[in-house]
Amino acid sequence: MASCLSARKVTKRFGGLIAVDSVSLEIPERVILSVIGPNGAGKTTFFNCISGFYTPEEGDILYHGRSIVGYRPDSIAAMGIARTYQNIRLFPGMTALENVLVGRHVHLNAGMLGTLLRLPGTVSEEEKAHEEARRLLDFVGLAGSGDTLGRNLPYGDQRRLEIARALASEPGLLLLDEPTAGMNPQETDQLMGFIERLRDELGLTVLLIEHDMRVVMGISDLVAVLHYGTKIAEGPPNVVQRDAAVIEAYLGTGGNGNGQP
Amino acid sequence: MSDLRQSLRTATIVGSVMVFVALIGALTAFADEPIVSGVLTLTQLILLLGAFAAGYRTESGRRGREGAILSMGLGALSGAAAMAFLGVLAVIVDLVNLRSVLVNATPALVEVLTLDRGLPAGLGVLLAVGVVGGALGAVWNRIPGWFRRELSLGGAAVLLIGILRGKGLDPWAAAGLLAAITLGAYAYSSYGSSILDGYRRFERGNESMTRLVLWTVVAAVLLLLPQVLGVYATSVVDLVGLYALMGLGLNIVVGYAGLLDLGYVAFFTIGAYVTGLLTSPAASTHLGLSFWVAWPVALAAAATAGALLGIPVLRMRGDYLAIVTLGFGEIIRILVMSDALKGILGGAQGIIEIPGPVLGGFTFIKPQHFYYLILLGCLAVVVVSRRVSDSRIGRAWVAIREDEDVAEATGINLVRYKLLAFSLGASFSGIGGAIFASWVHAVFPNSFTLLVSINILSLIIVGGIGSIPGVILGAFVLVGLPEILREFADFRMITFGALLVVMMLARPEGLWPAKQRRRELSADTLEA
Repeated sequence: MASCLSARKVTKRFGGLIAVDSVSLEIPERVILSVIGPNGAGKTTFFNCISGFYTPEEGDILYHGRSIVGYRPDSIAAMGIARTYQNIRLFPGMTALENVLVGRHVHLNAGMLGTLLRLPGTVSEEEKAHEEARRLLDFVGLAGSGDTLGRNLPYGDQRRLEIARALASEPGLLLLDEPTAGMNPQETDQLMGFIERLRDELGLTVLLIEHDMRVVMGISDLVAVLHYGTKIAEGPPNVVQRDAAVIEAYLGTGGNGNGQP
Repeated sequence: MSDLRQSLRTATIVGSVMVFVALIGALTAFADEPIVSGVLTLTQLILLLGAFAAGYRTESGRRGREGAILSMGLGALSGAAAMAFLGVLAVIVDLVNLRSVLVNATPALVEVLTLDRGLPAGLGVLLAVGVVGGALGAVWNRIPGWFRRELSLGGAAVLLIGILRGKGLDPWAAAGLLAAITLGAYAYSSYGSSILDGYRRFERGNESMTRLVLWTVVAAVLLLLPQVLGVYATSVVDLVGLYALMGLGLNIVVGYAGLLDLGYVAFFTIGAYVTGLLTSPAASTHLGLSFWVAWPVALAAAATAGALLGIPVLRMRGDYLAIVTLGFGEIIRILVMSDALKGILGGAQGIIEIPGPVLGGFTFIKPQHFYYLILLGCLAVVVVSRRVSDSRIGRAWVAIREDEDVAEATGINLVRYKLLAFSLGASFSGIGGAIFASWVHAVFPNSFTLLVSINILSLIIVGGIGSIPGVILGAFVLVGLPEILREFADFRMITFGALLVVMMLARPEGLWPAKQRRRELSADTLEA
């Protein structure tokens, strides 16, 4: 099976701390892969390496067979990798529609000249972008909120707007960093269905960081477990669930019940 | 009891401010500045307003609001106590000669503080002013808000026209004006919205027609303005236009892209000197080219300089960026003044004999001529600002301002868009410099101080950051008013500072803030 993204022995250090330690991961096309692990396991750092905020010291990351290590975040976004953030990061002073339009940036070509002279090509491109942005707002269920400032949206809507902005760049790979954080069970159910639609209807590959095991076991095709920066298990959810090392990482050692090692 | 303490605390603050205002010489200077001739001078108005503020603040700080007599009493007490500070000042100034330290502690100050009635008697008058002003302030707090707004509008009109007339308003005229403006404002607030609604309904039916009429009227006013205004007022409008032009440029850098640039004057300097070098026969280059050749070069030079300045500061944010750009502005000024470049740029002597633009045998000399040139420049810059802000480029800038990291991860090339903002903003300033040089026929290093950058930044902030009409309004308020009110030039900086502080507290979004554009989407949902 062709890999969408393949990480090869990626290592990222901060001073003496090895945040991501020689992690290798193959993400096939059109799957939902969840990265789980206790707090501080290096999940977000791993995301930041992929999206270009960090450059790993060792190893390589290939997107559709092409190395993306060392490229700036904007180039990586243009290649087709979009992301959301653990603590929502919208453009708070822009409207919902404008947020999505910024997400479309990489697909627009308007230059200074076309903008100043209102050339027909620029005008029609801008119209199409607005149309597409409105369609996306509709898709994530924010049809009526296009004029609301990002900061004024309710929490759940902010999460959805962030996803709409990411989708606007028509990515091949979508990185979602704890998308259900702070959501109630009902909102979480909705979002799970939504993420599955992204895979099934749009053919997206989704890399997901998630703490909610119900979500992880419910929608993941594959699960990878990070612990202290290293990958300790990988496979289908039901297999990983029974993995001894994973249980140990989550529950701790000393499983004989007598308090002895 | 706590009300009493509150009233005295307010009086202490107001009193200290009044003593400060007295000691910087403002009260003495404004004593022969009548507002209503024979009745009220600006100094007396300031004293009254001080007491008024004390009374107002005392009343608004009260927990319970019961008791009209009590509230007036507390207000009067606060006003009188505030004035007592000035009374004590008057006595001290009268007894001790402090002029070696406080140059404004003159006998004239005593005269002003006692309202020309001499020491023991005048103190009573001063306290009476405090009592009346303070009581009025307390009452003001208790009357309905709508009436307050209308009445203060009327008062502001009397104040402005009284000052502008120089010799003050006739008492009857002042009363009439106050009544007319107050009633007019009241009528507008009651019926204005229905009139506007009626107009909107009419406009919807005849859109192209009303738009045509509107634009014709605007165009006619803009074209005929200098003929009506005369030489001096036109030159003030020219200056306002020049600042508005540059303000719109800085607005792109600071307002849209959020890059705090304190060295913006550098590009103005570059535009002016390039024009000087290219057009003046007396310059070291002896080129003597036409203005029409020079301005595009000035624009290009400023834009290039903007991009070059941008490169080293790409990774800087906020305060650091402000300091580096501040330094850049000073470097350009010092370079221009330096002996090293004296052979080329003329050092402190600058470049003289810069000719005005010539158009088919007609030479631009008078402010009225330059008015049209500046108007054209402003219109061009407004169109460019509007189109760019409402495009992919403008959105990229705002995204960078909102969250630089996320903007980058969304695919925005930070290097390209930051440099584009610096360079487009600088190019507006370059045009401004070119027009300035050919207008005053000379450029000297001393015209290009840090103060110009501060002025431009202030007018953006006061007008409304990121808002095109706001910047133009800001230019009128911060550049136009001080030119008209020449008498107050000595207090310009302190007024500026006070105005900025007040703006930040009362209306941080500016006088005419950038509107959240209503998108088609809301119209769709409303009509659906």
